[in-house]
Amino acid sequence: MRALVLVVFGVFGTELTFELPDNDKQCFYEELEKDVRFDIDFQVISGGNYDVDCFVTDPQNNVLYNERKKQYDSFSHTTAMKGDYKVCFSNEFSTFTHKTVYMEFRYGDEVPLMPITRSTALTQLESSCVSIHEILKVVADSQTRYRLREAHDRTKAEHLLERVTYWSFGQTVMLFVIGISQVMLLRSFFTEKKGSVAATT
Amino acid sequence: MVSVKMHPCVLSVLLLNVFCSFVSSLYFHIGETEKKCFIEEIPDETMIIGNYRTQLYDKQAEEYLPATQGLGMFVEVKDPDDKVILSRQYGSEGRFTFTSHTPGEHQICLHSNSSKFSLFAGGMLRVHLDIQVGEHANNYAEIAAKDKLTELQLRVRQLVEQVDQIQKEQNYQRYREERFRQTSESTNQRVLWWSIVQTLILVAIGIWQMRHLKSFFEAKKLV
Repeated sequence: MRALVLVVFGVFGTELTFELPDNDKQCFYEELEKDVRFDIDFQVISGGNYDVDCFVTDPQNNVLYNERKKQYDSFSHTTAMKGDYKVCFSNEFSTFTHKTVYMEFRYGDEVPLMPITRSTALTQLESSCVSIHEILKVVADSQTRYRLREAHDRTKAEHLLERVTYWSFGQTVMLFVIGISQVMLLRSFFTEKKGSVAATT
Repeated sequence: MVSVKMHPCVLSVLLLNVFCSFVSSLYFHIGETEKKCFIEEIPDETMIIGNYRTQLYDKQAEEYLPATQGLGMFVEVKDPDDKVILSRQYGSEGRFTFTSHTPGEHQICLHSNSSKFSLFAGGMLRVHLDIQVGEHANNYAEIAAKDKLTELQLRVRQLVEQVDQIQKEQNYQRYREERFRQTSESTNQRVLWWSIVQTLILVAIGIWQMRHLKSFFEAKKLV
């Protein structure tokens, strides 16, 4: 019976990467019991200034967390009541850039792999397996962080390349246009009135 | 035919897992013609399992109740090359699975198949979504029951899966790093070449302007 209870309060977590169009707001809700600890991590991967507004409210609409224009942050809270908790991301301050936001919502504790109906303590082998499992979770977690960071930097670099290309091309065209039009303009000063001395710059 | 004699506790845990794994999960609201897309950046040969459940707002009961049978969700998955690898319609509750064959950003899009605009009665559809990636997609209780593993063997199996996933992610990391390096080198090259070319063009245009104007003024007998 105790084993069943252990499984019911299992670990749940969702990580989602979604696109937030300009002037839009996206909200996610989660039904939580009382006295459950939850963690929210978010990071903006691409778009504009790489920032987003985020706020978290409890079932009674009290604001638990409210930050504007954040690039990444982490928020933890232990629920005081049962109900639907809401986390919202807003890009309403942006007029034409859409953002890509990564969000992770974790709550609960780690669930045992199998129902533990044991009365003895863990053997050394079993406990070292458990520690390896915990360390690997940390490794996987830091890989995710690194992947997001890399995606962010790569997006910036690709954006930079694009801008360099367009501006170079544009500037070359402008060079030609201005060079030729200067000469044309100067010629036009002298061809209208024959023999008059035009002011030289 | 081997009959699996399962401890009643394990059986009830299995059943509970099936239900519990989907009793509560993150939900969001979606409009009738709205399409919600999620991006998953994953290495190759990684399995993704997605579970969703829909609820429609019932005006009479003034709460969200499970959606009618006719209402389904259309699930579309695109791989990093924008090729559709899964495009299927599921009912009001569904489970979709796919395995990636190329590393990169996969896009999972959901939209309702409702053609009648009044079906939602001006409200929103509530979609509970749960996406499990790679090692998290494994159902360990099922594996333990199928292969009859002890707890230690199951734990080791889990460690093997975790390490496998970490290795795949590192390979993918190397491939992305290479792409990033190529982009940076490309930018560097472009900046260098365009600066030189633009300076040459500037000098050339200056010389041409002076020569042209000199010959023009000589023709006009002003010089």
